[in-house]
Amino acid sequence: MSTDVMTTDAVMIVNAARKLGELAAAGKPVCFVGIGLPSTAANLARRLYTPPPVLVYESGCIGSKPQRLPLSIGDGELAETADAVVSVPEIFAYWLQAGRIDVGFLGGAQLDKFGNINSTVIGAYAEPRTRLPGAGGAPEIAASAGAVMVIMRQSKRAFVERCDFRSSIGFGDGAGDRERLGLRGGGVRWVITDLGVLEPDPVSCELTVTALHPDVTREQVTAATGWAVRFADHVTTTVAPTDDELSTLRALQAF
Amino acid sequence: MAELLALDEAVARLVRDGDTVAMEGFTHLIPHAAGHEIIRQGRRHLHLVRMTPDVVYDQLIGAGCVDRLTFSWGGNPGVGSLQRFRDAVENGWPHPLQIEEHSHAGMATRYAAGAAGLPFGVLRGYVGTDLAEHTNTIRQIECPFTGERLTAVPALNPDVSIIHAQRADREGNVQIWGLVGVQKEAVLAATRSIVTVEQIVATIDPTPNSIVLPSWVVTAVCEVPRGAHPSFAMGYSSRDNAFYRDWDAISKDRDSFTKWIDENVLGTRDHAEYMTKIGIAN
Repeated sequence: MSTDVMTTDAVMIVNAARKLGELAAAGKPVCFVGIGLPSTAANLARRLYTPPPVLVYESGCIGSKPQRLPLSIGDGELAETADAVVSVPEIFAYWLQAGRIDVGFLGGAQLDKFGNINSTVIGAYAEPRTRLPGAGGAPEIAASAGAVMVIMRQSKRAFVERCDFRSSIGFGDGAGDRERLGLRGGGVRWVITDLGVLEPDPVSCELTVTALHPDVTREQVTAATGWAVRFADHVTTTVAPTDDELSTLRALQAF
Repeated sequence: MAELLALDEAVARLVRDGDTVAMEGFTHLIPHAAGHEIIRQGRRHLHLVRMTPDVVYDQLIGAGCVDRLTFSWGGNPGVGSLQRFRDAVENGWPHPLQIEEHSHAGMATRYAAGAAGLPFGVLRGYVGTDLAEHTNTIRQIECPFTGERLTAVPALNPDVSIIHAQRADREGNVQIWGLVGVQKEAVLAATRSIVTVEQIVATIDPTPNSIVLPSWVVTAVCEVPRGAHPSFAMGYSSRDNAFYRDWDAISKDRDSFTKWIDENVLGTRDHAEYMTKIGIAN
């Protein structure tokens, strides 16, 4: 991995961690964490911000405080440092489905303009070009969490007009779909990428660029998006990661 | 009452060609040794069930034991894809694999229904996804009390469920703690069950968050130290993350996979010999 990629990844991870810190400060600390980039960002937020987010993993861990980054969602470290460990049927039924999660934090292979995520197949389901691992916990996290944050590297291949397969729902085909389907959770609120931040348009629910990272241009974002991406009326620039944020992230990744 | 058996005898007696077999474990306590024994004994046409089929299911699929897979997430956790699973789905090697795909919440609900003796379980699930279009075991129902639309999924009742646990006593009472996953439900839902354990002890001491499966709900208990490797058993061993990373390269190519299985699984008599062969001291 080149230094540039490491740096753009760091900007993305730090911005996602900040959002979790803001949510925790606003009384929404409980985060259902997917493995990979979400877990890195959630653990960074836990080290940087007070109050810290409460990390919930689908392996049944509630309030994990790992000292090192877990490789999988079921590393021993997550259970040993948890406030409680419950069974898998319980974590999904009592904790996620019942509405006790403030923010579900997901990644994916493809994301479309309405925040739907594909982690199942590239190509047709019956004859896939690429068979991906599958939906796992994401369908119900996307449906039931109070809000959803997505973290993904932005590219034309990954940010598509329409997902090849809808593994988990954002806003479906647009405004009103979540209500029509009776979904209780709030859906995708923030998509944090290596280029900036996208949020659903308040009226159309289409993902719209609301912030750019320092030195990123609109042209770069347009070129890395598979739909005719729109920009909000007021696009802000994110604050560059601080030395403290970067050194904490490096220490976390060094393990 | 559970019988204390050697693993090869338990597999020979309890796992049959064509069976629906659930080998559960959510990262923790995955029954790898039992999976290897199924490969050694050449079982065929299995319908494997598991929420998170990972390396051991990749091995069973690549070794040609499996016709059908029911699952919700088939990957190598933290590493990437399962290469043998992908090759079976994308190219039909070593033969086509029929898949029945769910979400984690749906699979957990199915096991819980199976354990509870119900024909189906109910959840708020799958709504707005494409899963129901391709999986005919996901149906919409109406709540008879509120009229709400909910999702029904049929109970899972495997012919045999296999799990790994920390310990059992000489009567065959099994104790599990840490990440307990869906193992209790898988055993209670099954017709037969095999539990491999790290250790057989005189008496089971109470341990925080531990669950006990009484001897009378388990068919066979087998003492297999490190029987979950490269997965782990809290209190006994750590996850061998390096093996999971190495598996990606071993499994990428059909020849290197076949060679690995021939040498390490088919070429060894039991788990202890296997562990020595792959260079892990017991």
